[in-house]
Amino acid sequence: MDKPLTKNIEEGRAPFNFKQYEAAGGYDSVRKVVTMAPNDVVTLVKDAGLGGRGGAGFNTGLKWSFVPAPDGGPRYLVINGDEMEPGTFKDRLLMENDPHLLVEGMITTCFALQSSCGYIFLRGEYTVAEERLLAAIAEAYENGMLGKNILGSGFDLDIYLHTSAGRYICGEETALINALEGKRANPRAKPPFPQVSGLWGRPTVVNNVETICNIPGIVANGVDWYQGLGLGEFVGTRISGVSGRVNNPGCWEVPVGITFRQLLEDYAGGMQDGYELKAFLPGGGSTDFLMPEHLDLVMDPGAVQKAGSRLGTSLIMVLDDKTCPVGCIRNLIKFFAHESCGWCTPCRDGLPWTEQMLDKLEEGTGSLKDIEILKEMTGYMGIGNTFCALAPGAMEPLQSGLKYFIDEFEAHVDHGCGYSK
Amino acid sequence: MNNLIATTAIKARQLTDEEIHEIEHEKTHYPYTQAVGLEALKIVQKYQGWVSDESLLAVSEYLNISPDELEGVATFFNMIFRRPVGKNVILLCDSVACWMLGCDSLKAHFTKTLGIDYGETTEDDLFTLIPVPCLGDCDKAPVMMIGRETYRNLTTDKIDEIIAEYRSKN
Repeated sequence: MDKPLTKNIEEGRAPFNFKQYEAAGGYDSVRKVVTMAPNDVVTLVKDAGLGGRGGAGFNTGLKWSFVPAPDGGPRYLVINGDEMEPGTFKDRLLMENDPHLLVEGMITTCFALQSSCGYIFLRGEYTVAEERLLAAIAEAYENGMLGKNILGSGFDLDIYLHTSAGRYICGEETALINALEGKRANPRAKPPFPQVSGLWGRPTVVNNVETICNIPGIVANGVDWYQGLGLGEFVGTRISGVSGRVNNPGCWEVPVGITFRQLLEDYAGGMQDGYELKAFLPGGGSTDFLMPEHLDLVMDPGAVQKAGSRLGTSLIMVLDDKTCPVGCIRNLIKFFAHESCGWCTPCRDGLPWTEQMLDKLEEGTGSLKDIEILKEMTGYMGIGNTFCALAPGAMEPLQSGLKYFIDEFEAHVDHGCGYSK
Repeated sequence: MNNLIATTAIKARQLTDEEIHEIEHEKTHYPYTQAVGLEALKIVQKYQGWVSDESLLAVSEYLNISPDELEGVATFFNMIFRRPVGKNVILLCDSVACWMLGCDSLKAHFTKTLGIDYGETTEDDLFTLIPVPCLGDCDKAPVMMIGRETYRNLTTDKIDEIIAEYRSKN
């Protein structure tokens, strides 16, 4: 099976430099794209059916097509490398181990968008990725893949690396744009969408790292090749992974269309001895719990949605039978309460309040009334009641936890947490 | 934190040549200087260890960003320190995968061996302990960073070795 995202990645080996990367077929998509019409590239990516890999899964080419026609002013591509969703560690793999793939994807994408400036918005804690991306960008300049008149095509492009300083909300694309402008990273109202008015009020596309790493393969090899990578009706490959008490935690490039069971058993080696699967979060801390009966679902956004959750980042976290679900949810809510930007009241005040009630339950001082209020909270902080998707995301593990583990919540009222720590 | 610097007599310090050189380099990446604010604070912190009021005012004057606006940015981000920290900042991940695999007991171990709680610095100024949200290394949990280094699959024994290593280096 072709693995376009990870073909150059080998554990324990330094990432390819420019020469090695090029010898392995790298930068072919740039050579090809400069002979194409930009709009044809957008159509190609749209037809390929690549969904965004940041969690929302929106068709990438369609997202690009909302950028208005060039007016002579700047337009930007911004890569969201602010990976901070609890339980998610896939973009780290790509950026640390094959930085040229992201750079190539950005060049090809910028050509399609007729943009001459790209930023990588990188999580500050990813220090290895920072060093390797800077080296790859410098090599791309030295070899004429960045700068003026790339490959004699008349296409100019500069790419800059911005390292952030740790705030989950920067992963929200309009908050990310504010942060890149040097402001507090509060989200902006939409519309206008960034494609129309984004960075410094100019047309801007914000794409996830893994999304853009798919572009070189699609442009170089075409729609049929890309669609053939998936199983059955599903297209492409994606990075999926598992954390928690499994035998072989990690992340791997898998064909889209495998089931959760295949990922858990064939790739992650199943549960560790002495632990049973109680539930799992399918794609990060802001997704609803799924149960063992959902293991045979295909890891596809549509299929997961029907089961009441979201595929999100497709890195699953297993909750084992020796770990308290209430404690797990409290940990997640603590994360979201800490990372709320404070802009809108339901999130700023609702999340800490929720955290306090979960603290009380864990300590054995909670009441049935608290559980009732927790249920109400999932509505108060649901979609439509907050400025952005942070608080609604935070409510997903809580609302599904209250559905699947209500007995355990109620058992906490009299006795607190009975699990050993 | 919460310094009402505009109402006090605190004055900007002089930025060093190294700081100015790096800030000038960052300025070439953006069409507007406001965008350099966070990068400039990080540069200052790299050399000074933290961002004092005097440093914040210096960056504010140098980039022509109002002190209030820059303070808004400085206090927003987890990794900008507006209080002095020790020579080595330990960032212990306390998010879900690390929690499931025992980061609470690692935290207790740090508190026992170093005598500090979250947000505190050892008396010899060598270590500050801070919790950090998900470090994106969940398959190797529990994890932490010290400075720019990441340490994975942690145990209390491993932590003792790492601490000893840093002590011998300093």
